Parts: sequence; C-alpha cells; structure tokens
Amino acid sequence: MKIEGLRQALDKWKFDAAFGGARRDEEKSRAKERVFSHRNAAQAWNPRDQRPELWTIFNTRLNPGESMRVFPLSNWTELDVWDYIAAEKIPVASLYFARPRPVVRRDGALIMVDDDRLPLLEGEVAEMRRVRFRTLGCYPLTGAIESGAETLEEIITEMRAATTSERQGRVIDYDESDSMEKKKREGYF
Amino acid sequence: MKFDAPQKSPAGAEARAVQLPTLRFLTCGSVDDGKSTLIGRLLYERGLIFDDQLAALARDSCKFGTVGDEVDFALLVDGLEAEREQGITIDVAYRYFSTPARAFIVADCPGHEQYTRNMATGASNADLAILLVDARKGLLTQTRRHAAIVALLGVRHIVLAVNKMDLVDYDPAVFERIVREFAEASARLNFRVVTPIPISARLGDNVSSPSRHMPWHEGPTVISCLEAADVEDARAERPLRFPIQWVNRPHGDFRGYAGTIAAGRVRRGDEVVVAGSGQKTRIARIVTMDGDLEQAEAPDSVTLVFADEIDASRGDLLCDPLDRPEVVDQFAAHLIWMSEQELLPGRSYLMKIGGRSFPASVMEIKYRLDIDSQAKIAAKTLRLNEIGFCNLVTSAPIAIDPYEANRVTGAFILIDRADNGVAAAGTIAFALRRASNVHPQPLAVGKAARSRLKRQKPKILWFTGLSGSGKSTIANLVEARLLERQAHSVLLDGDNIRHGLNKDLGFTEADRVENIRRIGEVAKLMIDAGLIVLCAFISPFGAERRMVRDLVEPDEFIEIFVDTALEVCIERDPKGLYKKALAGQIKNFTGVDQAYERPEVAEIVIGAESLRPEDAAEIILRYLKDTETFYVT
Repeated sequence: MKIEGLRQALDKWKFDAAFGGARRDEEKSRAKERVFSHRNAAQAWNPRDQRPELWTIFNTRLNPGESMRVFPLSNWTELDVWDYIAAEKIPVASLYFARPRPVVRRDGALIMVDDDRLPLLEGEVAEMRRVRFRTLGCYPLTGAIESGAETLEEIITEMRAATTSERQGRVIDYDESDSMEKKKREGYF
Repeated sequence: MKFDAPQKSPAGAEARAVQLPTLRFLTCGSVDDGKSTLIGRLLYERGLIFDDQLAALARDSCKFGTVGDEVDFALLVDGLEAEREQGITIDVAYRYFSTPARAFIVADCPGHEQYTRNMATGASNADLAILLVDARKGLLTQTRRHAAIVALLGVRHIVLAVNKMDLVDYDPAVFERIVREFAEASARLNFRVVTPIPISARLGDNVSSPSRHMPWHEGPTVISCLEAADVEDARAERPLRFPIQWVNRPHGDFRGYAGTIAAGRVRRGDEVVVAGSGQKTRIARIVTMDGDLEQAEAPDSVTLVFADEIDASRGDLLCDPLDRPEVVDQFAAHLIWMSEQELLPGRSYLMKIGGRSFPASVMEIKYRLDIDSQAKIAAKTLRLNEIGFCNLVTSAPIAIDPYEANRVTGAFILIDRADNGVAAAGTIAFALRRASNVHPQPLAVGKAARSRLKRQKPKILWFTGLSGSGKSTIANLVEARLLERQAHSVLLDGDNIRHGLNKDLGFTEADRVENIRRIGEVAKLMIDAGLIVLCAFISPFGAERRMVRDLVEPDEFIEIFVDTALEVCIERDPKGLYKKALAGQIKNFTGVDQAYERPEVAEIVIGAESLRPEDAAEIILRYLKDTETFYVT
C-alpha cells in the first residue's frame, strides 16, 4: 500500500529526488544502498547494478524519467538518532515512550488495539501491557515491545542493552528474509 | 547448530568512553578468503548480532549455508537475494559497531574482479583496510589487485589477516611465508603501517581474544589492532582548503559561504583567497547554528562571511594565500575505469570535482597498470575495471591538489555524457606544467572587432547525419546563398579534411573522436576570425558534437540534423559506399555496423527526403536572419 501511494505521488509531480530517513544499519539490503540511490523510470532499484559512489562526490545526473532517493542519514545508527534527539531536544511521537496500552499477541508481534480498525480474531483478547514502539510503520503491521522506558534517557539506556534489532517489530519484513529488498526493487523507500 | 560460546557483551553493558574518532575500514581480498565471515564473527563476538537476526541467520544457514550445520556468518552481510543464492558478495555492505574504546564503520567489499568498482566505492571513504589471505592459497591475483586499489585510493593502514589458520594446523611457517610474500608484493605501494595477524574467522582465533592455538603470535588481535589504529592524517594542520558548497543569501543584508573545511583552519580576521580568480578578502565572521566562532578547522562545517564583496560561488575553492593549490587546465591522474563503454581519448566527459562539473577529456593514456606485475603497459584505451595513468584536459582552469596531499581537492569522477553513469574515478597525481607555462596570448584584435568589420556574428553551422543524407549538398547551397549576401564563410567538409589535416586517422571510434576534436578546434579558430563556418561531418556521437558546442559561445553553435532515413541513404548511395559496407568490404561504417546517435537538441532538423535541398537552405538562412547573424544598416 505504501509503495503504491508513494509511486503515484512521485510520478504525478515528477520529482527528481525524494529524501528519506532510511539508515544502513536498519536492515541488510539497506546496508547495501548508496546515499544517492538511483531509480529507473519505473521507480525501481536495481541492487545488482548500482552506480559507483566514490568519496562524497555524488553523481546526481539523471536520464529522462529517472529519479533519486537520497538518504543523508545513511551512516547513522539507531543509537545516533536517539543521542541526537536528546542533544537537540527534538520532540518525538508519544508512541515511542512506554505506556500501558491495549495489545494482542499475533504471530509473535504485539499489535496495539486502540480502535475498531483491528477486528480481533477468535479467541483473541486485548490486554493491557506496558509497551512502546521502536519503529513506526504501517498500522497494524508494526509490533510494539514490552518496555519500561518512559523518558528519553531511559530509551537510550534500554537501547544500549538491546538484544533485538530495531525492525523486529515490522511484520512486513518477515514474509521472507529478502522481503525488504523485494519491496525496494518495486519502489519502496 | 553449534556456536562457540561468545563473550556476550552488548554495546550498552559497557561505558561508552570513546577516545578515538570513528574508524572507517574495509575488508577486502580474494573470493572465499573469508571477508564476510570475519565481519560476521566480529559482530557476533561483540554481542552485536541481535536475537531476531541470529534466528533469521540460523534459518538462512540451513537454506543457503555453505559451512555444514554451523552458522554461516557470511549470510549476515551478504544482504541481497542474488548474493545469498550465489554465495558471493556483489556490492559493498556497511556495518556499524562499537567497543568501549571506539566506534567503527566497516565496508564489506566484493572480491570478484567484475565488482571492482563496488570495491573502490567502499575503499574511497576508508582509512584502513583488512586484507584477507587464505593461509592455504597465499597471495592471489585478487589480493594484489585489492592491495593496489586501496593504495591508489589513499588507504595507508593495512591489517594483513592470514585467515583459515585452523586448516594449516596453525603453522607459524605458513604465516611467516605469506607475510614475507606480501612485504615484497607491496614494497612500492606506500603503505605506512602493515600489521600481519594470523586468524581463523570461522572459529574466532585472534579476532577479539588471543588464540589458544597460536601462542607464538605476539602481535595484537584484530579488534585490539582496530581499536588502537592511529589513522589521523592531521588534516587540520595542512593549508586551508574550503570548497564552497552553497552561497547562503536569505536576505540583502547577509551573504554567507557554506561548506565543509577540507583541510586546515580559519580564524576570524584571516586573509583568504579564491583560488581560481586570485581575489583576496578577510574572514569577517564564522557562523554556525550555535553562534559565531573565533576559529574552525577541518572537518567542521561552517558558513563564512567575507569582509569584502568578492565574486565567489558554488564550486570555488577558498584557500590560504601563502599556500595555494595549482590552478590549471591540464593534469595527470590515475583513472579506475568503471563503465562498460571503454575510455576514448579526446571524448568529452563531465568531470565532477568539489561541487562543480565541467567538460573534460583524456588527452593521452600514458600507460595502463598491470595489477599482477605492477608493470606499466602501453594502452590506447581503458576497459571496465582497468587502471590507467592519463593526462587530462578540462574546459576551464580548475584548482587542484595532488590526491596524496588532499583527498577532497585531489579526487574527481568522470560522468558519461550519454548515459549519465559514472565512467571513472580519478585521483590527481600532479598538475602539468605546460598548462601553466603556456598562457593564452591576449590578442590585440579581438573577435568582436572582426565581427564588426565583417558585419556578421561568427557561427558554426554543424551539419550532422548519415552518409548520403544530403549534408554536403545543403551546406554548399547555404554557402552559395551566404556569398550572395556578401557574408564571409568557409566550408569544412568531411572527405576533404580527411585528405589533409586528418589523413592519419582511420574510422575506429577512437579515431572518429579525434577527427571531430581537431575539426572543432579548427572551427573555433575560424570563429575567432569572425567567419560563418559550415561543417559537414557524419559526426555520429553525441558526446563529440557536444564537445564542439562547448568550445564556443552558447549562441555560436547551430546543430543542423539532416534527418534522412537510412533506407533512403542506402538507395541514394552517391559514392557507392553503402554497397561496399553492406558487403562487408568497409568496416565501422555508420548506419551499417556502427551506431549513429541521433541529436536530442539540434537547433534545426531537416527532413531532407521530403524537402528540396534549396528549401532546406532557405530554412537555414531564415534561422540565421532570425537570430540576428547579419548586421542591418
């Protein structure tokens, strides 16, 4: 759904470049991506034949119809982002902080049930747990983690001791191990 | 599944007292020497493989794994589907980890020769390279190739990791032999520090803790070597280089020059000079988001405000007046060729250096570097992944430093003007003195004066199209009409030029490029003489037509595409050439076995088959009148 909407918008306005916040440490196909990531006229990424990208000299030239996805934060880590948020006192969405929230456990992920967009399956009962989100993606495909981190400092402490990766809450990554790559080849960020 | 029990020490369990700056390094070496396995092992032993990733890894190891029932660490970094299927690394992957002593960014680079350009991508931003060697195989072609490329890209610190020691019974003699072999092979590569370490990436020997199997090794482990590596290049101590990235003019009262200091430092009040123009000024303010500074140094990003109004824009280089870069239009550089299209000397490429792009071409390939033997081999071209030492010429003077002195002002890329891909990476060796010693002679009588005398604006009418399309016929008619008007003109015709000036040239791609380059230069001299220059040449490549266009003022070049269909040309065949070409008697014939690139931006397009040549000439004459070529009394 996200891919389709994005592609429609980019096609409509014919943007030469779209900036994204993706980082190489998020996921293994993103670890391979250039800072200036070239897309063909169909918005597709070709991981087997990326343009060389030397030093900080970026080749921004495009043929008609082509575009760039640009990732200025490529070399930041998840912890860098939180350190930066703390240093610059940047406000963030409350879902990143732990609160008691109604959730169900589905396919191993904790999915929040806060309105009737999520019909409960038979036998599922929403229960209150202290959870927060490490990453925010499509609803209801993003799982929460159980956490007691209610402040920025507590999040940073929790992050340093983390034993799971940031995107483990993203159900869509798990279709297959190379699922992210597949979506990116189709035009996902 | 079985694991060696690792020292599980999540990054957060330790205090983060980072003393040294982040180390950027790459792993390279021949295919199957264990690059990805070493990185996987490093991450695993640092406790940086998260539980969910480990679970995915265990799943993938069953599906793609190549190490029996053990976890295949290579699958951690080989993130692309094709890589996992084929068990190879195609493109560079970046990984991030830290120890209590330091943070690291590692680029895991492919080993196959066909992916050399991706390996160079990883090496261009690295300060240290871990070069892996399989203890059983010793140095291979690919090992030498990677050593040469990292040396070329300025990496001065090498960890020579002799891997798979477990498969040679941890024999010190094997290790020492490879170390000696490498010392000989790398003698001319200018490495500053080479640290040899015997390891087993698969089993973890000497990776983060000293091996029980190799008590004879007295040197560091891989991790302790990385933690201690001092790769400081003292950039801040070098002469000031500040490439202007952006001129910030939010309103009339402020004009700031933003960028990242590439070398040296600036203080408020310092005198600085714009390298290209030689204009000097002083630094009035050093502006940042958090207030003004008294001083800034490499690699700070700042906005500078000058004391005087001087002409400076994006791409200009600000520097120390007492230690300036060379400002030249010719220089020697190493090129790593990265395009499927081979290098053609004389062809116009787009050179990007700092924030600036302009046309440039290779004048001469001094030699190609044979990676195995380090031998210098004569070459007429460079193909994909070949390294050459070349003389280049740019369309305008540029400020440069040798790459050894500065990795920002000494590095550039060449972009293919037809497909916009990266054609080559270049590192500057030195400026060519002949460029700075041959100054353009100012002429007493200029183009403008001649133009007034002849009562016309000089123009190049560039006729391009297939053989037999009608270029020469139309050009001759146009010239006759110009003569009637008492305009001053000259006609350069392909066949005639090939009998004289260019009789040493054939019809290969390289010779066609040189043919057009010479004609372009001749046409430019005639433009200076105030003439209307008619040029009728097949000129099949867009890059060369653009090269001639770039030689003169924007409104002086008029491209006339005589767009006659190939079938019509073959039918006309005025010189019987198509007949011979189709019979295979002539090679490299445009339209038959060599491509013609149709112009995309021609000022005039003549559909000659449906048009009488007289009418075509009339269209061109009208264009000249409409663009005010002739002075009206």
